[in-house]
Amino acid sequence: MNGPFTFALALGDDSLIAAQRLAEWTTRAPEMEEDVALANIALDQLGAARLLLTYAGELEGAGRDEDALAYLRDDREFRNCLLVELPNGDFAVTMAKLLVLAAYQVPLYTALAVCPDERLAAIGAKARKESAYHLDHAMLWVKRLGDGTEESHRRMQAGVDQIWPYVDELFTTWPDAPVDPAVLRPGFDDTVTEVLTTATLTVPQVSWTPAGGRDGVHTEHLSYLLAEMQVLHRAHPGARW
Amino acid sequence: MVDPEIRVVTIDDLGILRSVQEDPATGRVVVTITPTYTGCPAMDVIRADIRRALVATGHPDAEVRTVHKPAWSTDWISDAGRAKLAAAGIAPPAPARRDGVVPLTLAVRCPRCGSPETEQISRFGSTACKALWRCRSCAEPFDHVKAL
Repeated sequence: MNGPFTFALALGDDSLIAAQRLAEWTTRAPEMEEDVALANIALDQLGAARLLLTYAGELEGAGRDEDALAYLRDDREFRNCLLVELPNGDFAVTMAKLLVLAAYQVPLYTALAVCPDERLAAIGAKARKESAYHLDHAMLWVKRLGDGTEESHRRMQAGVDQIWPYVDELFTTWPDAPVDPAVLRPGFDDTVTEVLTTATLTVPQVSWTPAGGRDGVHTEHLSYLLAEMQVLHRAHPGARW
Repeated sequence: MVDPEIRVVTIDDLGILRSVQEDPATGRVVVTITPTYTGCPAMDVIRADIRRALVATGHPDAEVRTVHKPAWSTDWISDAGRAKLAAAGIAPPAPARRDGVVPLTLAVRCPRCGSPETEQISRFGSTACKALWRCRSCAEPFDHVKAL
């Protein structure tokens, strides 16, 4: 597989799987406004996924469109990072995941916006504005919960601790990509350290850093997510509204 | 043509409609549009509405093109569009910042009574482009188009 195709696919899969997970909160968020917020963020992620997967399909040149890539691949063919496929957990886990994802996507899209690939540059310029809102939303919640009650602090720290081993995978070096994610790590560290410190939380020290998503080696959680996401399309191939 | 979600403004007012051009060689009309948000679910309806309007005016072979660059900004909403939004009880956006960072500190005036004593209830609203606010003076809740 060529480099640009896999890169567009990986970023598109990140957004697609994140959207599907966030959508699980619909009708279940702790309050009405949060329900609307998480659905909106999921919609933004889905919008970016559609653009990225459409472009990936064109780069591949095998006639696969966004739907073929989203609905007709099996788990081993997905290139998303493990972070986005992890279960939602409680609200604190979801906010910890959103903080990490947005603090990764904002500088990634910002760097893509000035990369030589015109399509990726256009997508980056568009998506970074939306991701800035996601980052802001996650930061507000992490600060509020971390610096809240004893119980909210305990659960927010537990949420951060739970997902932190999955951070390293996002910044694994990818030398032939339009933007090497490894160069984004210092900026990411600055952003999240500032947020966690303000939230009276501790940046976890991790020794176990699972990876494999970019090579198609996933947790068992992805298979269940895909089964639910793909079942209708696969049961009724070619069906349209 | 009116926007399918905010029906008091046109897609031209919102800056979604980028250009309408006729190819001098073939006579085909090319309409270029751009989405407000990448996931905006109204885009399919907007495309269908444009095609319908073009067919009705004798351009059945017209093309509707979607572009993403330059990225849409609320700065593209026309003055007429802003006035129409405000008249419909939707607070128009403040100028967007160039660096893509979300502006948070600018006061939003109540579109009903004009008071600057307002507060944000929810950062996300009924559509992708709006947030939910409330006026502390007249107690009315209202939509606010987020600066982007």
